[in-house]
Amino acid sequence: MTTLAPDELPIAQRNAARRRLQLLLAPGLGWLVVFFVIPLIIVLLYSFAAPGPTGQVIWTFSFDNYVTLFGKDLYFNAYTRSLVIGLQTTVLCLLIGYPLALHVVLADPKWRTVLLFLVLIPFWTNFLVRTYAWMLILSNNGIINGLLELLGFAKQLLYPSEGAVLVGLVYGNLPFMVLPLYASLSRFDFTLLEAGSDLGGNGWWRFWHIMFPLTLPGIVAGSVLVFIPTVGQFVVSDLLGGAKVDMLGNLLQRLFTRSNPPNWPLGSALALVFMFFLTFIVILYFRNTTEDER
Amino acid sequence: MITTSAVVLQQVTKRFQQVIAVDTLDLDIRDGEFFSLLGPSGCGKTTTLRMIAGFEFPTTGSIYLGGEHVERIPAHQRNVNTVFQSYALFPHMTVAENVAFGLEMKKVSKTDIKNRVGEALRMVQLGDYGHRRPKQLSGGQQQRVALARALVNRPKVLLLDEPLGALDLKLRKEMQIELKRLQQEVGITFIYVTHDQEEALTMSDRIAVMSSGKLLQVGSPTEIYERPNCRFVADFIGEANFVTGTMIDGASTHCAVDVGNGIILKGLHQEPIANGTAVTIAVRPEKLRLSVSPPDGSSYYPATVEQVVYIGSDTRLTVTLVGGITLDVWEQNSRSTLDRDAYWQRGEQGYVSWNPDNALVLVK
Repeated sequence: MTTLAPDELPIAQRNAARRRLQLLLAPGLGWLVVFFVIPLIIVLLYSFAAPGPTGQVIWTFSFDNYVTLFGKDLYFNAYTRSLVIGLQTTVLCLLIGYPLALHVVLADPKWRTVLLFLVLIPFWTNFLVRTYAWMLILSNNGIINGLLELLGFAKQLLYPSEGAVLVGLVYGNLPFMVLPLYASLSRFDFTLLEAGSDLGGNGWWRFWHIMFPLTLPGIVAGSVLVFIPTVGQFVVSDLLGGAKVDMLGNLLQRLFTRSNPPNWPLGSALALVFMFFLTFIVILYFRNTTEDER
Repeated sequence: MITTSAVVLQQVTKRFQQVIAVDTLDLDIRDGEFFSLLGPSGCGKTTTLRMIAGFEFPTTGSIYLGGEHVERIPAHQRNVNTVFQSYALFPHMTVAENVAFGLEMKKVSKTDIKNRVGEALRMVQLGDYGHRRPKQLSGGQQQRVALARALVNRPKVLLLDEPLGALDLKLRKEMQIELKRLQQEVGITFIYVTHDQEEALTMSDRIAVMSSGKLLQVGSPTEIYERPNCRFVADFIGEANFVTGTMIDGASTHCAVDVGNGIILKGLHQEPIANGTAVTIAVRPEKLRLSVSPPDGSSYYPATVEQVVYIGSDTRLTVTLVGGITLDVWEQNSRSTLDRDAYWQRGEQGYVSWNPDNALVLVK
């Protein structure tokens, strides 16, 4: 039996096929409109409104919220900190994740699945619980300080701190780096490294001129997947930073729920600026990779 | 003629865990020759090539390149280049960048690189393809890029690992001739790994036949084909009839072998063989003659035609001797065979004969 491509079908049949397609798309499209497009418009409208004394939204049209966002050190600092922590987390995940993914790809095929499985197992435990576990590990009476004491060193204040936040973020996001890297590396033809060696390239050269450019799609994908959620993170910074390490997510959470009174208009403006910033990064990613690299 | 050695392997053994891939191999490959490593898959030929390239180090034994010990020197420090079976072209680089890779490693000046890359691409008839990506080329063209990428470095030895394996038959034949021409043009020693005996015979100056990690025979294509030293080589290269029997007269130039049913076959032996030894007679089907009446001079054996297969250039007959010994006889159709009635028919009787010089008596 032969199947016809859509454009080979007679017109009546083609129209019917198109209607059927539209029908199948309707639930998804409806979902997106109701739960994404409309809320986004509401947030956009809020961002130009003003907060009332009891946290209600007063409908005006002003750029006051945006002026506040770009004018106050508090927000500027949160942006830079989020950015810096996001970058640090991404780079650390990459430095740990690349050798890890490489190791899994090069492992004996019968172990490969097991190793990949081990990377995924932490997902089975709630993220919050795993973050609490880090609090215990890093705390004053935790394993690390206990070990330090046993070896005769002074206890260190490991938590709460920015370092602890970083540890928690790297730990939590590592699988998102490892999986795309694994996908990229398992498609990599390792004979190319032999060819590089054959043509006189040493190990370092072979990595930077052959392996790195050819696994760049995985590196970029992993980095985007780690960077974006990290920048918006608030649980880890709250718990492991002792509410002292303010990231964008923390500010957002505070403006919407914790501050008295809540300031939804300012929060909306912050969320939008944040969104445009991340969109910008994703656009950069798509610009710098070609279709088949992704 | 004074010949020097390009590559020498001395007692080279390579073990992978429990498996012996290459077993105490001795090879002496001369400067400027086209040398083939021939054998079935898993015979150790590719491992041998990889040890010469430097991708594997021998477990024991020595390898010399141009007289220098190299068995512990990594690939990127050896003056040899490889053409890989899968070509292994860098997909993120253009054809010209691929070819320039080795020269850049050697820190050759930019203008020299440009000239030599252009020259190498012209040599493989891809002068205008420098800006393309490997993926935009056909298999045969990629093959030639791989060749240019290796040859541009002017290596002492070029290693080729079944480079024509992925090409279709017609292209493969063209590339065989092309490769041989290139090799003569550049004068570089080629070491060519293949499992295709015809390919090896077509191109090589000398062939080494390997099986189960061991070297069986080294020689020119004619030596390997006409004077195989064991049954495996006779069987692997070309077609051969094998008849087993017992040596009864090993002293004369043409020895006599009793193959049962009162049939004594005559053949040539390369070394003295004691009477009573179990031997195999190997004789190529094209060396046999089938005639209507007993031929003069040489020994002949009455035979019955079992099968006649006409393939254009040849007619391939299968005949049986008394006692059930089956032999293939290939007769070249030097005359027109249109008049089929004048030719052999199934069930006809004839006399099969051969020059004993062409029947080899093999012990192994």
